[in-house]
Parts: sequence; C-alpha cells; structure tokens
Amino acid sequence: MASVSTNQFKGGLKFMLDGDPCSIIENELVKPGKGQAFNRVKFRNLKTGRVNERTFKSGDSVESADVMEVELEYSYTDGEFWYFMDPETFEQHAADANAVEDCLKWLKEQYVYTVTQWNGTPLLVTAPNFVNLAVTDTDPGLKGDTAGTGGKPATLETGAVVRVPLFMSIGDVLRIDTRSGEYVERAKDA
Amino acid sequence: MSTLQNIWQPTAEIDTLKKRAQYLADVRLFFANRGVWEVETPILSQAAPTAPYLDSFTTDYTPIGTQTKQTYYLQTSPEFAMKRLLAAGSESIYQIARVFRNGEQGRLHSPEFTMLEWYRTGLSLNQLMDEVNALLQQVFGFKPICRLSYRGVFEFFLKLNVFSCSDDEIKQCAQERIAGLPNDLDMDRDGWLELLMSYVIEPRLAALNMPLFIYDFPASQAQLAKVITNYDGYQVADRFELYIDGVELANGYNELLDATELRQRFKSDQQKRQRDNKPQIPMDKNLLSAMESGMPACSGVALGIDRLLMLAMNKKEISTVYSFSFDKA
Repeated sequence: MASVSTNQFKGGLKFMLDGDPCSIIENELVKPGKGQAFNRVKFRNLKTGRVNERTFKSGDSVESADVMEVELEYSYTDGEFWYFMDPETFEQHAADANAVEDCLKWLKEQYVYTVTQWNGTPLLVTAPNFVNLAVTDTDPGLKGDTAGTGGKPATLETGAVVRVPLFMSIGDVLRIDTRSGEYVERAKDA
Repeated sequence: MSTLQNIWQPTAEIDTLKKRAQYLADVRLFFANRGVWEVETPILSQAAPTAPYLDSFTTDYTPIGTQTKQTYYLQTSPEFAMKRLLAAGSESIYQIARVFRNGEQGRLHSPEFTMLEWYRTGLSLNQLMDEVNALLQQVFGFKPICRLSYRGVFEFFLKLNVFSCSDDEIKQCAQERIAGLPNDLDMDRDGWLELLMSYVIEPRLAALNMPLFIYDFPASQAQLAKVITNYDGYQVADRFELYIDGVELANGYNELLDATELRQRFKSDQQKRQRDNKPQIPMDKNLLSAMESGMPACSGVALGIDRLLMLAMNKKEISTVYSFSFDKA
C-alpha cells in the first residue's frame, strides 16, 4: 500500500490509522518559530464515524487508504444487507446496517446515494441533500391553513417522521432536506 | 475554493493591500521619529542559520561562461547581516525584509513572508519590550501588552516548574494533557516543552484576550540570546516572545555578544542536524568575525508582519493579507 507524508495532508485525504480507514477533516501545521514541526490532524474514522485528533511529527508517513466515493442506486434490502447498484455496470454492492444507519430513513428505491467504499466494501452511505418523499400517514389536512403555525407530524414512505404544515395530506409528495431532516416544500412528484 | 477562472486573482482584497501599505508607511514613520534607520541586506547568502528546525531554501550561482555552481541560501531572517552592520558601527537599525523558510505552509505559515526586524543599541530587553508595546499601540491599535514569565505560565496553567522538574514529568504532563499523541513520540526536553506551549498554553493565552510578552525562557532555548541568572536564581535565556490571540508574533533577544559562545552554539546545532540526518549548514564566519571584532550591547526583535496585519485587520489566516499566497505565486 502506498504511503503519504504529512506534507501531503489535506482535507479529504484518506489514510489508515490503527487498522481503520480515516478521512482528514482538518490539518494544521504547528511550528514554533525555531522549534520542531507537527501536524495536528482532526479526522473521521470512517468505520465508526467518530471524529478524533492525532498529532504527527512533520515528515512522518502514514499508509494511504483505498477509499472511494461512488454514486450508486438503491435497489432493495433483504433485512440483513442493503443492496446498491452501479447504474452503468449493474453490479450490486451490499452495505451492512452500520453503513446505512445514518440514512436509513431516507432510503428509497431507484434514488442515487453516495457510497464510500473501502477496498470495495461499502463503509458509509450518504443520502443526497434533498429527497422527495410521499406522505403515507398524517392527521387530516386543514384546507386553507397556509400560515404554517406549528404544523403536525407526518409519516413518509420511508418511515421517517417529519413536521409538515397543517394543509398536507396523505399522498402529497414533499421535498425534505436530509441534513436537517426538515420539510422544505411541496414537490410536484417523487 | 478558487476555480481555474479566477486563479490569477490576488489572494487579498485590494482594500486590504491598501491598508497594508498604509500600516507599513506608519511603521517606517514610527522608526524615523525614533532615529532608527532603515537598512537593506542581501537576501542571498553563502551561509545560513544552523538552527536544527529551520530549513533554508538554496539556489545555485553560476558565473557566465562556467559550469560551476556555488550554493547560496535565501535568508530565513536578516539577523546575521544586520548584526554585521551593528558591529561596523551602524547603531540602531531596522529592516522590513522578505524571508524564506522551506516547508512551512499553513494557516499561520508561508514559505515566504515579511519580517520586521530591528536592533537597538543601548536599550535593555525591557526597554525594547516597551518599544514593541508602543509600536503595537500607536500604529496597530492593540491594547497594552502584559508581561508573564515562561516559568509563571507553566506553573499557572500546568502546575509545572520548568526549571526544576524532570524530563519525565514534562513528558508525562504532555501525554496527559494532549489527546492523540503517538505512543512512540521521542523528543528532547525542549521538544516536549514546545509541544505543551503550542497545544495547551497558547489556547489559554488566547482566552486571556490580551497581548502578552513571555520572557525568561529556559537556557536551552537561548537561540542567539544571552543566558543570564534571573531574580529567582535560575539560568534563563534573556529573550521574550510576543503572543496575541495565542499567535506567536515576535521573538526578542538581549543579543549574545560573545563570539566563542556563538561558535559553540553553532556547533551544537550542527551536531543536532547530524543526529537527525539533516543537511549541514556552513556556519556564518563573517558573523563570527564581526562578533570577534566587537558588537555593541543591544537588544533585537523580529516580528512577523503578516501575522500582525492579519490580527490587526481581524483576519483568520495570513494568506488574506498577501497579494498572492505561496500556492498562487
């Protein structure tokens, strides 16, 4: 495996630390005027998702990690794995519960997701910033109420529950911001 | 992020560059009013500082019609040449110089930057601190600078007496206080002290929200300052560093005048370089000769202008005060 020197460190660089693939969030050079230089690195462990900090002596090397981000289409789940398809090669990739945990409630067939792979295995599935989902359950709509006072909970086709304006009813398709989990607007179609 | 279309554009806003020009003009006026004159010294030199963690850029000089190559070093500060002027009778001088340090790039570092360096004959280190204080208040509008001893900040923030504790105590303190240190990190006493300073003390100094001088450093960090016995009876390096918002901004010395001692420090640096497999740097014989012929008692300070301007204009990184940052140069 190739190694990377601290002087190539930058945000987004993937490297191996204690056997886990990690991604650099922030890299800061620490160097007192005439003193030794260090690289202070904030990184995310791509397996656990945890953010941590590590200091390296400048000039030290770490092993690079074979991590790629690919755009794959969600196909189906058999309860144990979630299957994603490469839209060009039709190759199927199986992601485990850990990898889909964060975006489970935004998973919809035929939508394209960003899948971070390590040595070919999906580590993390990230939802697009916005998804359009249909309402499957909510209290009856109140016609004419467009002021959006407080709103009400609505269950979406993926199982996610979001707060929506009172005038929404079952079957309406909503645009959702997956980062905040908030309703944005009514969408024309899914 | 820069796109390909605007990569030619300056890193700083034009307005910032105009302010920068005004600040530099005011600095020159400040020194003119005090009878300190501006000098220029060579950027390229046949010798360079031997300091083990300072990497000079090098270039080759080739006389026309020859194939010979003579190594020249780009200055990491104008210190040595200015000291030769002092030994030749210049009296108080200053310089706003372009300096170069290989490998150093980051939010607060650039391989090429601007240094304001000045030497005052007849001023004590304390009086020089007064002058730095005056410059920063009058020209840059900072608050008055407080003074704390190196020993004091380590005792206050870390309960560590840096002059009497063991190497192991320092190392243990660093391992406890700093998350994510490699287990096999192997450094000398000063390395651990610098690490504690950068990681633990500097952020706390920043939180104090006032400019600070730290003075009386351990003798092992004397660099080119005199070593003296202070009021508490400890052997200390008679130098200071200036911190604003936790950023290291200036380094001042009661200047070493003893050529024999200087030669010894150069040699000790060269041994450290050898130990770390770093290239050997020829010691500056001209500086040694100048000091042998007699350098007047003086205090000197080097101040990173870009960092100062960054703080004065409330910016977060030095690249925002450069016309073109290193990666766009």
